[in-house]
Amino acid sequence: MLKVDRVEKSYKKGGLFSREKQKILKNVSFECRSGECLGIIGESGSGKSTLGRLIVGIEKPDRGTVLFEGKNIQDRKVRVGNISAVFQDYTSSINPFFTVEEAIMEPLKGQKKGQKEIQSKIDHLLNQVGLDPSYRKKYPHELSGGEAQRVCIARAISTEPKCILLDEAISSLDVSVQIQVLDLLKKLKKSYNMSYIFITHDIQAAAYICDRVIFFRNGQIEEMVKIEHLKDVQSEYARKLLQMIITF
Amino acid sequence: MNILEVENLQVTDMNTGQIIIYNSSFRLKQGNCLAIVGESGSGKSVTCRSIMRLNKAWIRQSGDILFKGENLNHLSEKEMRKKRGKNLCMILQNGMSAFDPSCVIGVHLRETLVEHFGWSNTEIEEKMKKAMESVMLKNPIEIMNKYPHQLSGGMLQRIMIALALVLEPDIIIADEPTTALDTISQFEVVEQFIQLRERMGCSMIFVSHDLGVVKKIADDVLVMKDGKIIERGDIQTIFSEAKHEYTRYLVSTRLTVSNHFKKIMGRV
Repeated sequence: MLKVDRVEKSYKKGGLFSREKQKILKNVSFECRSGECLGIIGESGSGKSTLGRLIVGIEKPDRGTVLFEGKNIQDRKVRVGNISAVFQDYTSSINPFFTVEEAIMEPLKGQKKGQKEIQSKIDHLLNQVGLDPSYRKKYPHELSGGEAQRVCIARAISTEPKCILLDEAISSLDVSVQIQVLDLLKKLKKSYNMSYIFITHDIQAAAYICDRVIFFRNGQIEEMVKIEHLKDVQSEYARKLLQMIITF
Repeated sequence: MNILEVENLQVTDMNTGQIIIYNSSFRLKQGNCLAIVGESGSGKSVTCRSIMRLNKAWIRQSGDILFKGENLNHLSEKEMRKKRGKNLCMILQNGMSAFDPSCVIGVHLRETLVEHFGWSNTEIEEKMKKAMESVMLKNPIEIMNKYPHQLSGGMLQRIMIALALVLEPDIIIADEPTTALDTISQFEVVEQFIQLRERMGCSMIFVSHDLGVVKKIADDVLVMKDGKIIERGDIQTIFSEAKHEYTRYLVSTRLTVSNHFKKIMGRV
């Protein structure tokens, strides 16, 4: 469904007049099937978030293409309603002047729907992410981290997209809240039949939710493995990562 | 012997009249590591900052904080400054905001060490170099000439630990030192903490919400919720036979992820 084909990206390095460029992504290709949860695991600075931004079309690749159902993702019409994102920093991803209901309504405004329909939809969405309708009039600063992230998820699923990008979506939450959000994501995936691209550095969380994981390092794919076969990873880097996990 | 005794610490926000921490008392034994766990907003960090007396002006604290029999709450600001760094050293969550962004790391380190020990530049360089090498930082001189934004979070965290090594404090207070790090740097930083204790035999207060890390490093645990200490005990009893429902909840949620992972890895 989503196909990333030989993508490359580099950023300007250093000062204003410097021509030196730093390659962030080097020839990355992979595919995400419909209804699949694909994990991308990497250290900080490995370029996984840049890859995420290319996938949702916020930035253009220097070379290569990102195709969504055969069409180029850079076209807004391809993206609209089909792909959405949830980011790590929940405090800055909701407009502080918006109430919860306005925030969730924002992506729905583009669709031609009656006011009544939208109102009932908000209740339904809040219900689905485990919040009750009393949250509608609250502002982002009145919410806890877990609640704000739920609102972000409600907003992301409001247009019933086929694919959601989760960029470190649970990393800044408490461990106990992480589980709640992960379970919620699992449940939503079933009922909406979406695919997830789950970017994280937490292998344990990735193992909990993903079907397939990519080990990402220095802008390249080190290894791609099905979650059932996680224990027999081949590459040295993936093995090292797995050894370093602090289990409970 | 107890190196730090906190009796009836109560912290209030004077602006709103809200009580942040209710009457908490705990003790830290010499050479022990005490972990404080709880969800965000439970008052873990405020407790740490109260011990260091670094809370904002409108936050009042009452009660007794006895450090080697001396009440920190009654010290003047000038006396307290001497204690900070040399006797009580704090390691913060976010390395990026812990260092001065307008000058290179070395300036910050030199400033701290001159203030406490009055060493010469060569002496500082030599000692810092040794400490930084011991926390697995290569090319220490090069690092000391870099700005905080040029270094990664894990590196900055290790520089803070290196500084703590040189200062040789009696108590190290680590406030979520591994939360902002990825898997590899987290592992390395935790290893450094374990070694730090072995090498210096200092006491430590370790704040975290990740029970996996706590289990690896701590001897005793305090569980906090909504500003109250709801359970305390040594690490084994807390995790195997917790009395309070909330502790059991924290442990069980952590276990769900871990068990699933272990099942996949075939480590059950």
